[in-house]
Amino acid sequence: MTTDLSSSSTPAAPAPNLLARLLRAREASLILILLTLVAVTTAANPRFLSAQSLRDLALNVAIIALVVVGQTLVLLMKHVDLSVSSVLGLTAFLSGSLFVAHPGMPVWLALLAGLGIGAALGAVNGLLVAYGKVPALVATLGTLYVFRGVDYAVVHGGQITASNLPPAFSAFASGSVLGVPTLVLLVLAVMVGFSVYLRSYRSGREYYAVGSNVEAANLAGINVGRRVLTGFILSGAIAGLAGVLYLARFGTVDAAAGTGLELQVIAAAVVGGVAITGGVGTIAGAGIGALLLGVIGSALVALRAPAFWQQAIQGALLLLAISIDIILARRAERALQERSHR
Amino acid sequence: MSVSKKPARSLLGWETTILALVIVALLIGSTLSDAFLTGANLSNLSSNLVEVALIALTMTLIVIAAEIDLSVASIAGMCSALLGVLWAAHVPMPLAVLASLALGTLAGLFNGWLVTRLGLPSLAVTIGTLALYRGLAYALLGDRAVADFPPFWTNLGFGLVPGTQIPIPIVAFAALAVVTAVTLHATPFGRSLYAIGASELAARFAGLRVERTKLLLFTLSGLMSAFAAVIYTFRFSSARADNAAGLELAVIAAVLLGGVSIFGGRGSVTGVIGAVFLIGIIQNALTLADVPNEILTIVTGLLLILSVLGPNLAAQVKASRERQRHAAAARGGAP
Repeated sequence: MTTDLSSSSTPAAPAPNLLARLLRAREASLILILLTLVAVTTAANPRFLSAQSLRDLALNVAIIALVVVGQTLVLLMKHVDLSVSSVLGLTAFLSGSLFVAHPGMPVWLALLAGLGIGAALGAVNGLLVAYGKVPALVATLGTLYVFRGVDYAVVHGGQITASNLPPAFSAFASGSVLGVPTLVLLVLAVMVGFSVYLRSYRSGREYYAVGSNVEAANLAGINVGRRVLTGFILSGAIAGLAGVLYLARFGTVDAAAGTGLELQVIAAAVVGGVAITGGVGTIAGAGIGALLLGVIGSALVALRAPAFWQQAIQGALLLLAISIDIILARRAERALQERSHR
Repeated sequence: MSVSKKPARSLLGWETTILALVIVALLIGSTLSDAFLTGANLSNLSSNLVEVALIALTMTLIVIAAEIDLSVASIAGMCSALLGVLWAAHVPMPLAVLASLALGTLAGLFNGWLVTRLGLPSLAVTIGTLALYRGLAYALLGDRAVADFPPFWTNLGFGLVPGTQIPIPIVAFAALAVVTAVTLHATPFGRSLYAIGASELAARFAGLRVERTKLLLFTLSGLMSAFAAVIYTFRFSSARADNAAGLELAVIAAVLLGGVSIFGGRGSVTGVIGAVFLIGIIQNALTLADVPNEILTIVTGLLLILSVLGPNLAAQVKASRERQRHAAAARGGAP
């Protein structure tokens, strides 16, 4: 089983250091896969790289990538937030209703409302997990149902359509700066902001500490409860913001909006190297994971893969990505151990 | 009096609570609507929850062993699609059913192989196969629906045991529930699941064959999902690629509400069956009372949260009270 692996690697030649480091730098290998995929697809169908299809791709990926940012914060702490899809659906409808009630409302107010509603919903999760000691999987599976139920109760069979939305919001939705859609820029800004926060701020580092070893984090003087609560509030707020962007992107929202999104989000994070066992991962990696899944999806369309096979192929690739990831991680770990023994 | 009994929330306690809640739900249901406590309604009620109940049996075993299987509903969809495709291709029905069961078993085996051989976390693996198997369901059947199943077979799905109001699938469920309960609670294999769930490392040191056990669990889960798919297909007389979509969350909700710890090592089959029926009864009673569907969703979610939050809060209150008493005793007893 594992013997052949270790025996072949023990006397290994001075391992190609650059390659090893590249493999360990998760983002680099993902980008390599991404570029290969884009190159192959473009060779087969040049229209894959057309401005319009790139724009569609970016917009589709942006919303998932945004939700992944919040999910990453939670996953880093060895928790999970399954309720993001319901938060997104509920805020999408509520912000739409706000526009219906107050057509003159400025766009920034809608974004703020989405953030606020999402944060409130996230606080419910955070309180349950941090202070109610309910395991995150149970708590957020429960609120996945509760928030969706509230959504259905509020929507009550109705829906928001693009015609309900004021021109200012539609302009925001279709607007772009230097050819890059405003929505995408907004998401990129959030990603960069949280990357810097996680990398360079004390409280940002605490997410890693909590996920690596709760007791150690506690002994180190980290207020674990407050950190977990904050993480869930941020995850909710970001999902709420994503809800407003969802409304902007699609214009039409009913009670089922965003259903099932939670698994895509977790899949993107996992492919992007965020360990569901906590303590490992970056926003950049998670974002690239979302991008990779999005590119796979649209590449299959561009390559004219049979429509009904696309989901199966995506599933297989997802599985492959997860498997390769863990094998590489384990190799790197073993190499590290061998080096320290020598 | 001084030393309280060690397990603050014994399983017996939670099972009794669930049972009491079932009775309360039955009572409230009967006051809400006269149609509730009739044989026909109870029959219909149990018929509606049979797929969730079946899959919950194997999910109980998996969660007790500290793993999870999110792909169950996708396996069911894939097996339902295969059943439809084979029947549409004029394969004899017994053969088509067997092929579906075999496919489910293989799908479960593949999950188990990925988890045990590659050492991947089951949450990640089964998120992947959730997408893969549902995709294969669409690859098999597209958006077509196969519906012209012969009456003998559809009767197995929604028919009653002659002379009674008991749905035929519920008989199968009862038999499998007994087998599962005995296996879990009265065999070395069952006890080994608790050991693995409580501490995999300790279980390994104790000589338990952790990998083989987990492989078997995921395979059984696949087989059970396929069995549920066959019943689902015949019950609705319809094979579709999106059959049973989203069922995994209902199953996991029932298992967790039934007192199985998501961290493994604790839980019982009785508790889970009680929870499946509790959810079914509440949904049925509220539907009969014309309570809108959205409230049902909210109630399910709240129940799930409260089932863990309630005992936790009670334990915290008890602990703080004990601390106060100790403090008071220390003050009073000081010389």
